Amino acid sequence: MYSEKVLDHFKNPRNVGELEDADAEGTVGNPVCGDMMTMYIKVKDDRIEDVKFKTFGCGAAIATSSMTTELAKGKTLDEALKISRQDVADALDGLPPVKMHCSNLAADALHEAINSYKEKGTKK
Amino acid sequence: MSTRVYMDNGAGRPVDSRVLEAMKPYFTEHHGNPASFHSEGFKALDALNEARGSVAELVNAAPGEIVFTSGATEANNLALLGAAQGNRKKGGKVVRSAVEHISVINIYKELSRMGFEVVECPVDETGVLILNELDRLVDDDTVLVTVMTANGEIGTLQPVREAAELTHSHGALFHTDATAANGQVPLDVKMLDVDLMTLSSNDLSGPKGVGALYIRKGVRVKPHMIGGGQENGLRSGSENIPGIVGMGVAARLARQEMEAESRRLTQLRDRIIEGLQAAIPESYLNGHPTERLPNNANIRFSYVEGEALVLSLDDLGIQVGTGSACAAKTLEPSHTLLACGLKHEEAHGSLVFTLGKNNNRDQVEYVIQELPGVVGRLRAMSPLTPEELR
Repeated sequence: MYSEKVLDHFKNPRNVGELEDADAEGTVGNPVCGDMMTMYIKVKDDRIEDVKFKTFGCGAAIATSSMTTELAKGKTLDEALKISRQDVADALDGLPPVKMHCSNLAADALHEAINSYKEKGTKK
Repeated sequence: MSTRVYMDNGAGRPVDSRVLEAMKPYFTEHHGNPASFHSEGFKALDALNEARGSVAELVNAAPGEIVFTSGATEANNLALLGAAQGNRKKGGKVVRSAVEHISVINIYKELSRMGFEVVECPVDETGVLILNELDRLVDDDTVLVTVMTANGEIGTLQPVREAAELTHSHGALFHTDATAANGQVPLDVKMLDVDLMTLSSNDLSGPKGVGALYIRKGVRVKPHMIGGGQENGLRSGSENIPGIVGMGVAARLARQEMEAESRRLTQLRDRIIEGLQAAIPESYLNGHPTERLPNNANIRFSYVEGEALVLSLDDLGIQVGTGSACAAKTLEPSHTLLACGLKHEEAHGSLVFTLGKNNNRDQVEYVIQELPGVVGRLRAMSPLTPEELR
């Protein structure tokens, strides 16, 4: 039911863990639904210098988190904000339809983190 | 270690090789129809009768009380739709336990649409039906009560005899879905005093696509499969002779071998339960500690999700089930675990081990050796995991 790429990112997730010196983080989902993830970002010169994630959830939740970090790394904040759930699913050669909405939350978590970073900036 | 450890037997079992051998001639050599008046027809009729006798013997019924179906789901349909509709004059209320199989739950939804009042009887935290509640819910307007013999997911055995007695005191009919129980524990329709019992071939290590319904003599059931009047008019359609022969042989073997096999599986089951809980912190048994199927262990692991566990184990050659929502078509967590009082977030991280003839002690030890690493890897990734478990 999962593509090879999904299984690869589930078994060998990229950029998993916490960023000790993260500039911002974003969390979406909740354990009641079975999927919850946090994205940590490190920003330099308006670019995402480093990004990591922690995820509680199914295979698709972990694989989409991993792929989202790969897509986001090195992008400017505005470019990263344009990464959509569909982009993440496409990069993984698709997700089963039932997983598109419940488990494909990583892009949202990334946007949360970026927006949180931007809000901090305006407060300075 | 090139391993294949299949412990999802509740979902699908291998067919016993002796069963398969007995079935083979009925695909090619003996292809007759039991309705035909020639020697090939008689051969098929003999095979049908013999299988009916073997299945009846497994549950201490008379052969005439066994109706073959396409499986347990169809048997549940015939039993529940048939008995409710066939006895509508008696009353308008139907009762079921909170932990029934999805087929029973959806048949009861259909009965609700037909105008029956559907009532759900709760279970305690180990999944055992609360008899006092059943006593409160069943009344003289009740037509039908169904309580499964054992739950296939958490393994809990139900007080079927007591529930049947209580049901009969109000003149209602009692059905039990014995799909998960048949082949695992002895079943006696007279001792249990049930009117209807669903049986499944694959759970006896027989072929899929066959099941049976025990209908106590004299109990009125309205048929739903209309046609040539096979199976005493209750289930029309030319009989699936190879499948039925397979179920018959599987029933005979189960009757002969169940006692020793259940003892063997109980030891494996208890080793899994004890070994995993000892090896993995914050792991808990779902279901009843002793009143459970010999072949079922269901363990919950905090902070991780079941589908991710299943996928990870599959990579190690271990196949098990889960009650997680993420592995279900409905995206709802297991109604059985929720009925036992688990919170949604707790219900996500369960693994279901259903053992069979194909499993041995070495495999159990392999699972106990590998699972801590799998849980640990996912816990390290999970934002829910507390510091001390990372």
